[in-house]
Parts: sequence; C-alpha cells; structure tokens
Amino acid sequence: MTAMIHAEGVRKTYGHLEVLRGIDLTVAPGEVCCLLGPSGSGKSTFLRCVNHLETVTAGQLRVDGELVGYRRRGEKLHELRPSEIAARRRDIGMVFQRFNLFPHLTALGNVMEAPVRVLGETRAAARERARALLDRVGLADKADAYPAMLSGGQQQRVAIARALAMRPKLMLFDEPTSALDPELVGEVLDVMRALAADGMTMLVVTHEMGFAREVADTVVFMDGGVVVESGTPAQVLGDPQHDRTRAFLAKVL
Amino acid sequence: MTSPNRPLKAVPVRHYGRWAAAAAVLALAYLYATTVLASPNLEPATIGRYLFKDYVLDGVRTTLLLTALSMAFGIAGGILLAVMRLSANPVLRVVAAAFVWFFRGTPLLVQIVFFGFLGALIPRLTITVPFTDLVVFDQPTNAVMIGIVPAVLALSFNEMAYAAEIVRAGILAVDPGQTEAAYALGMTPALSMRRIVLPQAMRVIAPPMGNEVITMLKSTSLVSVIAGRDLMTAVQTVYAENYKVIPLLCVAAIWYLALVSALSVLQYFIERRFGRGQRAVGGVR
Ligand SMILES: Nc1ncnc2c1ncn2[C@@H]1O[C@H](COP(=O)(O)OP(=O)(O)OP(=O)(O)O)[C@@H](O)[C@H]1O
Ligand SMILES: [Mg+2]
Repeated sequence: MTAMIHAEGVRKTYGHLEVLRGIDLTVAPGEVCCLLGPSGSGKSTFLRCVNHLETVTAGQLRVDGELVGYRRRGEKLHELRPSEIAARRRDIGMVFQRFNLFPHLTALGNVMEAPVRVLGETRAAARERARALLDRVGLADKADAYPAMLSGGQQQRVAIARALAMRPKLMLFDEPTSALDPELVGEVLDVMRALAADGMTMLVVTHEMGFAREVADTVVFMDGGVVVESGTPAQVLGDPQHDRTRAFLAKVL
Repeated sequence: MTSPNRPLKAVPVRHYGRWAAAAAVLALAYLYATTVLASPNLEPATIGRYLFKDYVLDGVRTTLLLTALSMAFGIAGGILLAVMRLSANPVLRVVAAAFVWFFRGTPLLVQIVFFGFLGALIPRLTITVPFTDLVVFDQPTNAVMIGIVPAVLALSFNEMAYAAEIVRAGILAVDPGQTEAAYALGMTPALSMRRIVLPQAMRVIAPPMGNEVITMLKSTSLVSVIAGRDLMTAVQTVYAENYKVIPLLCVAAIWYLALVSALSVLQYFIERRFGRGQRAVGGVR
C-alpha cells in the first residue's frame, strides 16, 4: 500500500534560516496523524510543503506516491507547471488557523466555488452537494450567511465543508481551533472527529492534547525542524522518551 | 427619585459655537451668491435658451461617450498593468512601471494634443508580423485618427496609468490568506485572481475609481483643444461666434454639475454592492 504522505529528509530554508532540517514522516491512508511541537518548530511549514504552498529545498516528499511539485522523466526531475501544481492540490484539503473563508461569498458560495470553477461541476449539482456538506457540519441553516455574520466556530466548520467539497483524499489542518474562543473549540473538534471516524486521512497540527490522545493513530513531536519522536498517542503523550518532548508536554498539559 | 421606567429628562448642552459658525458661513454664502447673481453678464434667459439646444445635447452625448469608453479601456488596461506590476516576470514589471511613470508624469493636456497630432510624428500606422513580410495593418495615421479616436486614446492611456495604481493598491489590500485558500482548493493563479482576489479588491478599488470617473467626465473638456466634439467644444464654438462667454460657460457648468451629481448617486449604489459580506448586518440578499 502506498503511503498517503511519505517524507524523507525534507528540508526547507528561507535565506539562511533552515526551518525544516530533514523531516522523515509517513502517514498511511486512513490514518490520523497529529503534529505537535513548540512555536517555530516548523509544523506549519511542513504542512504547507505537503500541498506545495512552499517548495521543498531538499529531500523527497510524496503524496499518494507522487512527488510533490515535480515529475520524474527518466533520470531527470521536471518542475510542474502552475496548472499541474493546481491540479495536484485538488485532492488535498486544507483548513487554516484563521479560516480564510472568502468574505464576498456566502457560506454556500464558499463551498460551491471550487467544485464549479475547478472541477467544472454544474451549479445545481454543486449546490446540492454544498447543502449536504453544510448539513454534515451542522450549518444547514447558515447557507446564505456571509462569513462576517458567523462565529469563529461556524466559520471554521464552513471552511471544513469547503475543503471536503473537493472530495479530497487527504486533509491538512493547521491549528484549526487556535483562533477560537474556548467554548467554540468543541464544535470544530466534533466535526473533525466524525471525519476521522469516516476514514479520512488527516494530518493535524494541534495543541489540543485531548483530541490527539483520543483520535490520533500517530502523534509526531517536532522541535527545531526535526521529528524528535513519534508513535501512538499512548507512547508519545503517555511515556515520552525524550527530554524535549517531556518539557513540551509539561508546559501544555 | 425618578421612576426607572420613565424616560430621563435633561436640559441638552447648548452648542453656541456651532450656531456662530453656521451663521458666519451662511452670511458668506449669501454675499457670494448675491454678487454672482447680480452680474449683468449672467443672462439667465440666454442660459435657458442654450441649455437644451441640439448641438449642446450632442456635446453632452459625446462627453458621456468619451467618459464611458475611456473609463472602460482605462480600467481594463489598468487591471492588466496592475497584474503585470505584481507578476514574477521582471520584464512585465518594468514595462508596466515605465508605462505608469510616463503617463502619470506628463500632463493630460500634452498627451491629448500629442495624440491629436500623432500623424506628424508617425505618418503611417503599420502592423507587421515580426521577422516576416506579412502586413496585418497599414493605414495613414490621419485616416485612423478621426472623430473621437485620438481623444479616446489619450484619455484611455492616461487613465490606465492611474487605474493601474488604484487596482494594484486594491489587490495588495486583500489578505494573502485568501490566495492561499484559493490555491489550496486547486485554483490556478489566474482563476484565484479573477474569482477571489479581484472581487475583494473591488471594495478598496470602487471608491477611488468612482472619483476617477467623475474626474474623467470633467477632464474630457480638455479635448476641446483638438476639436473633440464634446460639450466644452460645443459651447466654445457658440461663444466664439456670439461672444456670450459667461452664459455659455454656465450652460457647460450646469451640465457637468448635473452629470457629476447623477454619477455620485450611482457611485453610492456601486460601493454598497461591492461592500457585500463586509458588514455584519444587512449583507444578506
Ligand atoms: N515565509 C517565511 N520567510 C521566512 N521565515 C519564515 C517564513 N515562514 C516561516 N518562517 C520561519 O520558519 C519558522 C517555522 O515557522 P512555522 O510557521 O512552520 O512554525 P510553527 O511550528 O507552525 O509555529 P506556530 O506554532 O507558531 O504556528 C519560524 O521561525 C518562522 O519565523
Ligand atoms: Mg504554525
């Protein structure tokens, strides 16, 4: 079985700053992987490399067997054209910390936009599916609301529905609950929990230890641009082997 | 003790300063109006006689046409220039910057006269396919530059430079997270620009662009220097014959004022439309 995400020695530098210093990580299809680590450890950067919002400087990164950003022809690697990069991203959903909903479109419009414009679905079909997705995240009654009229938790649930509308095979979450008031965190985690139960492959950057312990198949702890340790939630959260992991967990738990 | 349910009664603060300022301003306005209206050269009857003459109305139509065409080309070219200036291609960036630099840096009046006399600089307009002998277009310049063509060209090119800056500011005002979200959904850069970034940039672009339309409407009067057939040219032609300069200038002023007022109302509705989704209340349709 091909891994959904397979990273080998992935490096990323900004000028002289080496943010990722050789990441090795594998996520199997259907797996939920939670990425933990202190601020600045490179979690977001790695996530953004997976759907090529950032270019990897060195190492190999594969999504569903395909090299991110390149095509191999014989011995040579060829950079993908912008349209090819865009096509690869269709299968990868991404949910942002700050939601990034399109403010000029209603909730329904946000969910419909990409299926209509990118996949070429008819408006009627896209609308029907968008309504079903909004219903799935518990927002059937907010279809006509603009993002500015929704609470943070509602906006994030629309953002999840928007990503799901592309029928992704992989979902990336970058601290999806960090910008939310504490009482709104639960509703978003509930949606993510249901998604995991449905068998979605998920890579989740989060500080929600309860979610990681309960939902994750693997927990990966990153620090300083490398994976310090990884394993089941029981191993990493319950019995950490490294001092850095222990120090981090002592702070967040 | 007042009952908690009864409205509070209080003596309001008296704003004596406001009253004094209002009185002073009204007095000045009265003086100004009476002085102007008392002028024997104003001739209200003459103004009334020329206001709806067919050649004046023709001038109004041409002024509107010049405004509409120049703004349409100006905005389209401005969007193109703005995207060029923000592109990763250094050649496009430099060419767009040079265009803006030139057309913002020279007076509109100079540009208008220049386009009016383009035939003197370039006698023939020829378009060939590079490196071949194939001629796509070949005409004497003066045969192309007829009617309102030089006026529209001058006004459009000038407007492109200003529109480019306005559009660029609008694009830069959109949160980069919007582009990322669009990319993450599999949109190409072009689609993301068209469907996600530009519609949001419109909220920032619309108010200054509304002012551009109003400025353009009045700037069209400059084309009278190349006999542009606009409203200003029409009244100038008349007062060159009958010397009723003041009444005819009033005719022009009344028309410009009326058209600008109509545009201002339109501007209000357009800005409200592009503000969609930005307000917490009243955004739903
Ligand atoms: N575009 C960029 N240019 C330069 N440096 C960057 C850029 N993006 C990120 N960095 C740097 O890379 C490092 C890792 O950033 P990253 O956002 O991946 O961390 P993170 O683990 O997600 O942290 P947080 O928990 O705060 O979100 C930081 O030091 C950051 O300043
Ligand atoms: Mg981050």
